[in-house]
Amino acid sequence: MSAFWSAWVTVITLAVILGCAWLLFQTRKSEAYKESTSETVGHEYDGIAEYDNPLPRWWFQLFVATVIFGLGYLALYPGLGNFQGLLGWSSHGQWEEEMQHAEEVYKPVFAKYAALSVEDLQKPENQAGLQMGQRMFQNNCSVCHGTGGTGAYGFPNLTDNDWLYGGEPDTIKQTIVNGRNGGMPAWGAVLGEEGVRDVASYVLSLSGREVDQEAAARGETQFQALCTACHGQDGKGMHALGAPNLTDDIWLYGGSFEQVAHTLRQGRNGVMPAQKDLLSDDKIHLIAAYVYSLSQN
Amino acid sequence: MSTATEHPTYNYRVVRQFAIMTVVWGIVGMAVGVLIAAQLVWPALNFDTPWLTYGRIRPLHTNAVIFAFGGCALFATSYYVVQRTCQVRLFSDALASFTFWGWQAVIVSAIITLPMGLTSSKEYAELEWPIDILIALVWIAYGIVFLGTVKLRKTSHIYVGNWFYMAFIITVAVLHIVNSLAIPVSAFKSYSVYPGAVDAMVQWWYGHNAVGFFLTAGFLGMMYYFVPKQAERPIYSYRLSIVHFWALIATYIWAGGHHLHYSALPDWTQSVAMVMSIILLAPSWGGMINGMMTLSGAWHKLRTDPILRFLVVSLSFYGMSTFEGPMMSIKTVNALSHNTDWTVGHVHAGALGWVAMISIGAIYHMIPRLWGKAQMYSVGLINVHFWLATIGTVLYICAMWVNGILQGLMWRAVNEDGTLTYSFVEALAASHPGYFVRWMGGAFFLTGMLLMAFNTWQTVRKGSRAPAADTAAQPA
Repeated sequence: MSAFWSAWVTVITLAVILGCAWLLFQTRKSEAYKESTSETVGHEYDGIAEYDNPLPRWWFQLFVATVIFGLGYLALYPGLGNFQGLLGWSSHGQWEEEMQHAEEVYKPVFAKYAALSVEDLQKPENQAGLQMGQRMFQNNCSVCHGTGGTGAYGFPNLTDNDWLYGGEPDTIKQTIVNGRNGGMPAWGAVLGEEGVRDVASYVLSLSGREVDQEAAARGETQFQALCTACHGQDGKGMHALGAPNLTDDIWLYGGSFEQVAHTLRQGRNGVMPAQKDLLSDDKIHLIAAYVYSLSQN
Repeated sequence: MSTATEHPTYNYRVVRQFAIMTVVWGIVGMAVGVLIAAQLVWPALNFDTPWLTYGRIRPLHTNAVIFAFGGCALFATSYYVVQRTCQVRLFSDALASFTFWGWQAVIVSAIITLPMGLTSSKEYAELEWPIDILIALVWIAYGIVFLGTVKLRKTSHIYVGNWFYMAFIITVAVLHIVNSLAIPVSAFKSYSVYPGAVDAMVQWWYGHNAVGFFLTAGFLGMMYYFVPKQAERPIYSYRLSIVHFWALIATYIWAGGHHLHYSALPDWTQSVAMVMSIILLAPSWGGMINGMMTLSGAWHKLRTDPILRFLVVSLSFYGMSTFEGPMMSIKTVNALSHNTDWTVGHVHAGALGWVAMISIGAIYHMIPRLWGKAQMYSVGLINVHFWLATIGTVLYICAMWVNGILQGLMWRAVNEDGTLTYSFVEALAASHPGYFVRWMGGAFFLTGMLLMAFNTWQTVRKGSRAPAADTAAQPA
């Protein structure tokens, strides 16, 4: 803040504190009675009179003590305008100190496991490391993927060994570090309503669901023309693009006929946010190990 | 002492109106409070109805108890006290009547708009701009009536109770108008004129002084009349009242920043707010001492007079919460208490223990005098009310202390790897028993209010069961 406002803040802050102290001392100095009194000051309002008892000593001392504390605090900490205080404390500085402290304390704890591979971390003797991964998963991932990692509508189940982008340790890590953007384009305008329902029938038939065979046959032609670039000719999906396998009856956005038709008509956008700026490499390593462990049974 | 024949005819009509509405809005506001407390125990109680959801009716509860119940109590007592201590009729009957009907219109508008989800989103200032304008008009009229009456007084000095009422009226006008400045975009939507952190600072400057001037200074004005009057004792110390009055109003206005510790607010603002909050302890306690010590020589009256008990216990809760407040404003303590139920408990120690109890005592004192009766219909019921209110308050604040400290500790607990030990929902589950006890405390308090309504109704309709004694009763 400018020098003027700094001076303004300083002056009015001190004026209020010292003004209170001045009033306190003046009032005490003019006390007519040192002990309690039964003389009233002479006014009377609707029958209420007023004594003029001295200020209670303990109260006076309490008041003085808080004023001294206040002035002392303002000397040590930032408060009087631009004056930073004798301790040089700032809330940002305190935050940096705490972060540094955390770094010193926790870094070795993680470094111990960072040296081990994701596969090695699955071994019983490294149970503690996996547990750390689980806790970080609870704090950072469970909002979308659920506390047990079983996912939710629009958020993949991580326990079923069905992977959009691949379930190898390095791929999982890659997904956590950089995030993913899954895009299913909207085909409603291209296919028309009938086309949408035909393709939906065909897609459901891939998982062995009972469908209108005629519609599915019409849908297959459309599917082969429009969908195979991502989902493959056999509809088994493609990890490189995050295109789901359509033959396993596992559905990210619901597997009812209407839901599948909706996906075809409107498209979908799935986002896994990148964690690289939020979590250190060592932490992501343990989270990846935990996620990997979810589908290992 | 003045005798009844020397009194001018006071305007008791508006006092009676506000006194009755204090009881009515007290029941409404506290009933909504009990409902939202129950929703925290049994979430299904919002019945999947948008206008019954917690987010919409929580502001209805706070507005109803602070501004409808507390506000009507302040209007009623200030109009009563200023006339009797200045020995003059209100400055303007028409303006006084406008303040009554205007204020009721504000309350009814709040009851309609808040459940509809119309809100400015500023805590304790949720009402949208057209209602804000009406509040400002009513408040200015209130100021004219009150200050005008003080100006016309027949006494040489201004009684200390009136200093506090004046500080409350003037400051609340400034707070309300400055904080509510907004740009309307439609009939029921506006945006604050302040940006970002400035908006937060202005909001809590308002918010904390709503506590300081509305809920403290105003009710100290009430205390300074009804405690000596009910105890029939002189005020303990005139000079103490001078020091604590000026120190209280000078330091309170700075303290709002302590609601924003460890936030985007500049460090210096936070420090100054904390320092002023701590210096505020002694001035706050000045009022408690002056009230308590006024009873010296009259302590035996507590055995027989439940109205005096309400007043004295309210002062104890006042002393307790004004000690707790400065402690919670210390950054280190605040780091634990902030955003926990401890804050909710602190507010209710003040709101139930201090504000509501002193108002209830004052209303019980006034009702028989306003309607020319010897005393309340049933003193026994006042006593039952007293115990319900006291037990309810204690249950409430103990539950919130336990919950608050529990939450603060669970939120900050970390494992050996630095991860959080508990998820948010675990702390919520651990708070469940406390929420039940809190709901029970609130239900106790509300039950007491229902007894008060019955007692008031019977007093007004029939009068007391005791034979009429000579009192200062003097209907206009």
